[in-house]
Order: sequence, then structure tokens, then C-alpha cells
Amino acid sequence: MRTPSRGALVLGAIPFAALCFSVALWDRIDPMVLGLPFNLFWLILWILLTPCCMWGAYRLESAAGRAAGRDS
Amino acid sequence: MTAAAAALTVIVVIVAIGTAIGFLAGSRRQLDLEEWAVAGRGFGTVLVFLLMAGEVYTTFAFLGLSGWAYSRGGPVLYALAYLTLAYVASFFFLPQLWDAGREHRIQTQPDFFNSVYRSPYLAGFVCVVGILASLPYIQLQLDGIGIIVSVASFGHIGRVAAMTVATALVVAFVFANGVRAVAWVSVVKDFLMIIAALAIGIGIPLACYGGIGATFAALARARPQHLVMPGATANLGHSWYVSTVLLTSLGFYMWPHAFGATFTARSADTVRRNAVVMPLYSLTLALMFFAGFATVLILPHLQNGDLALLTVARRTFPPWFLGVIGGAGALTAMVPAAILLLTAATLFAKNLYRPLLAPTMSDDRVARLARVMVVLLGAASLGLAIHGASSLVALLLTGYAMVAQCFPGVVLGLYWRRVTATGVFVGSIVGTLSAIFLMSAHLDPIRGLNAGFVALCINFAVTIATSLAAARTGRTAGGRVRGHFEAPTEDEIAS
Repeated sequence: MRTPSRGALVLGAIPFAALCFSVALWDRIDPMVLGLPFNLFWLILWILLTPCCMWGAYRLESAAGRAAGRDS
Repeated sequence: MTAAAAALTVIVVIVAIGTAIGFLAGSRRQLDLEEWAVAGRGFGTVLVFLLMAGEVYTTFAFLGLSGWAYSRGGPVLYALAYLTLAYVASFFFLPQLWDAGREHRIQTQPDFFNSVYRSPYLAGFVCVVGILASLPYIQLQLDGIGIIVSVASFGHIGRVAAMTVATALVVAFVFANGVRAVAWVSVVKDFLMIIAALAIGIGIPLACYGGIGATFAALARARPQHLVMPGATANLGHSWYVSTVLLTSLGFYMWPHAFGATFTARSADTVRRNAVVMPLYSLTLALMFFAGFATVLILPHLQNGDLALLTVARRTFPPWFLGVIGGAGALTAMVPAAILLLTAATLFAKNLYRPLLAPTMSDDRVARLARVMVVLLGAASLGLAIHGASSLVALLLTGYAMVAQCFPGVVLGLYWRRVTATGVFVGSIVGTLSAIFLMSAHLDPIRGLNAGFVALCINFAVTIATSLAAARTGRTAGGRVRGHFEAPTEDEIAS
């Protein structure tokens, strides 16, 4: 079984940092953006950005999978 | 026609259409165990997306989250983060799990534990945990149907009657068609759910305040503390947020039904692609938050937060549209209830009854026993729903604290060579008992941390320590190990 590549793991860690561990930095009302309190805006922004990170991770994993396929 | 009659008629029509689709779906296929439980592993990206979305967007999202936004405020934000991160985390172990599943014909979570750790007792334990954790989750869905029908009928129809009818319908279509029925009802449900979510999330703030921005501006002036953590609660602050998000995002695919749904995919790549796009589906949850927050200033004194969404919808929309929302809500409860029942029943028959009591049972008879169990578990959940009284979110978090205890066994089983069956067994027993103890002793949250998360940390520590100790004394579980999942070596092929 192939373990995920380091690049994919780093890309996967980004949403965890942005949505979870950094909560104390963004859990506030001001500045309100697009009519939303900042915490809600931040979460929605990262819901949109997360698939971008994971798409990158997908590309890395597919490339690694093809390379592994050629080797064997 | 009175308002209640109009709303109820629309709800009944929607539920009838959904149920009919459930009965017709795939009714010409022969229903063996593999087909009933994982639809012959033939679903592509789109159907897997719908099936998984159907399982995620449950009554918890529809009524529970708006209810928490109303009654608790800021802490409800955990739900946006956890769902998104659940998919991120899944990217790193679900494809591996799918590979293992195909190789060993794994259909369920205990199958996986049995295949990796070669311990029927560990598999049986995981099975019991999975079934027990599913009961509050099914109860939550039935509670939701009770709430929907009693609000939509202006209290004329009791929740017990509504829950009983819904349970009977769910049991009937699962009994008849297995997982394929659920996937196709889910298509109808998702379509309606998106219409309802948009109408609720945009329509209610618009009708009550003139827009989403105006809603939050009014709330920021009147009740600013409600919008940030800990909101209206005493102890659900930032450490609770981080620990709850970690517990629930890692525990998400440990639900036996979510775990099982993975194997309906056609390939590991389907699973991986899903993990990339699924986070977008969380956006519809934000719409539920808008509605819940909007209700705070309009209906400030509701006894039960879970009623907030429908009560404000009843004030805002014409009765027929309340019916559409209620119908979408009812299907949103029935689809997950169906899949949870299906999974719990399959687990019981295939992973508990057969290996421990009737080893010679044929697959056909297992499938038949599973169908009978659908009926029994449906009745048990109905009983819990009639007598229980917890908020919908609290029910789900209780289930999560239990079910997440399977996570160490799955992830370490896939990635850590030295993990042993004994380690996982001891760790998950200690973890599960800690979770039950902390919650029943009302120690949740404990020192600001989610009790289930604390139990998960204990579980990890015990699993790793026990595995290492067993390795040192030379008692590694013989059956384990990753060799099972690796391609055979050249020597093995030659011989």
C-alpha cells in the first residue's frame, strides 16, 4: 500500500490550520465582510479554498500513483 | 383548505414520491448480500457524491444546526469546519481503505477489523460500538420528522404518530431494496433540499430584515456576544471548538454507514475525487446558520431551539411552501435513517450473529436476517425517540464520542506496522468506556475540551503503548499486518 506523499500531506494540513487550530485569531465579528461576521466569512472562504488545496493534493497523488505504476 | 392541511398535503405528496422511488429503484435486480449492502461496488462519482451527501445532510444539518445557531450561537460554527475537514482527512485514508476493501471483499467496518487484526472478538466489539452509536443518530432523524409534522400541522398531528408512520415507510423500502433504494431517494431529497436551503437561508433573512447583511448587522448591534464563541453557552469556547472539530472530523468516516458507503465506489480514484469536491457541499450548511441567527431577534423565547427553523418558516412562507420545506426535511430525515438502519442491521447479521453464533450460515440467510433486524432496530429507535429528550446536536455529539473510538484502529491498521490486535482492543475498550463515563457523569466538556476528544486521546495513547509493549515481549498479533494489503512479493508469486 502506498502512503500519501509529503506534498499532499502539507496541502491537507493547510485547511486544518486555517479552519481549526487558528480559531482564536479569526473568531470575531469585525471587520464584517460581505455582510457576514468575520468568523463566518473566514469559514466560508476556506470552504471554497479547501477544494483548491485538495485538488493540488489530488494531482500530486495521481502523479505519484502513475510513477508507482510504471515502476512495478 | 386550512394552512395546516395545505402544508401537510404537500409533505405527504413529497414523502410518497420519495418512498415510491425507493421501492422502484433497482427492483428488477437480484438482491444478494453484496448487492443489498454495497450495490455491487458499481457506483460512479456522481452517485457516490449523492449517496454520501445524502448521509451527511441529515436532520442534524436541517433542524439541529439552525437550532444551535438560534440557541447557542457561535459554537455552532464548529459544524462548517468539521465537515470540510472530514473530507480533507478522508483523502488520506479512504482510498487506501477502498483498496483493502476490494482485495478482501470488505463490506463493513468489522470486516475491516477482522481482516487486518484477525480477531473476531475485536470485530464483534467494533460492531457493537457501531450499532450502539447509530441508535442516537437514528433517533435524531425520527425526532426531526416528529418536529416537522407537528409544526407543519400547527400541532394537530402528534409527533408520535408522525414518527411511527415515517419509521414504517423507511423500514419498508430498506427491507425491499437495500442500498440502491437509498441512493435514488437521496437524489430526490438532495434536489429538494437545495431548493429549501436556498429559500430558507436567503428568504428568511430577506423577509425579516431585508437581507443577510442587515440580519447580521442587527444581531451585531443587539447581541454581539451571540455571534462569537462561547455564544450563549458558558463553556463552549475555543478549546472546545478545536477539540470538537478534531473529534468529529476524524470520527466522521468511522460511522459504520459512511465507512460502508466508501465501498460502493467504483474505484479508489472515485473516492479521492469525492474528497476533493465534497467540501463544497458544506456551503449549504451556512444557509441553515443564516436562518437560525435570523430567528434570534424575531422569536426570542422559543423553548426548544430545534423548532426555530420551522417556526420562523411558518411565519415567513405560504403554507404550501412550508410543505415543500417540511417534505424536504422529512426526506432529509428518512434517507439517513434508512442507511443507518441498513448498516446497523447488516452489521448485526453479518458481523455479530454469524461469526459468533452461526458460522455456517449462508450469505442469503444473512441477508434475510439483516432484513428482519431492520424492522427490530427501527422499532428500537422509535422507542428511544418517543421517550428521549435531547437537542439534535447533542444526540449527534454523543454518537460521535462513541464511534470515533474506532479511528485509531483504522488508521494505525493502515499505516503503522507495529500496531497489534491486543493494542487496538485494549485502546478502543478504554476509549469507549472513558467516553461513556465522562458523558454520563456530565463531565462534557471537561476542562474546556470535548469529552469524546479526551477519550480519543486516551485511546490512542493506550493503543500505542500496549502495541509497543506487546512487541517488546514478542507477542505481536500474528495475524496483523500490513502484509495483507501489500502486493505479493515476487517469491510469493513464483511459489
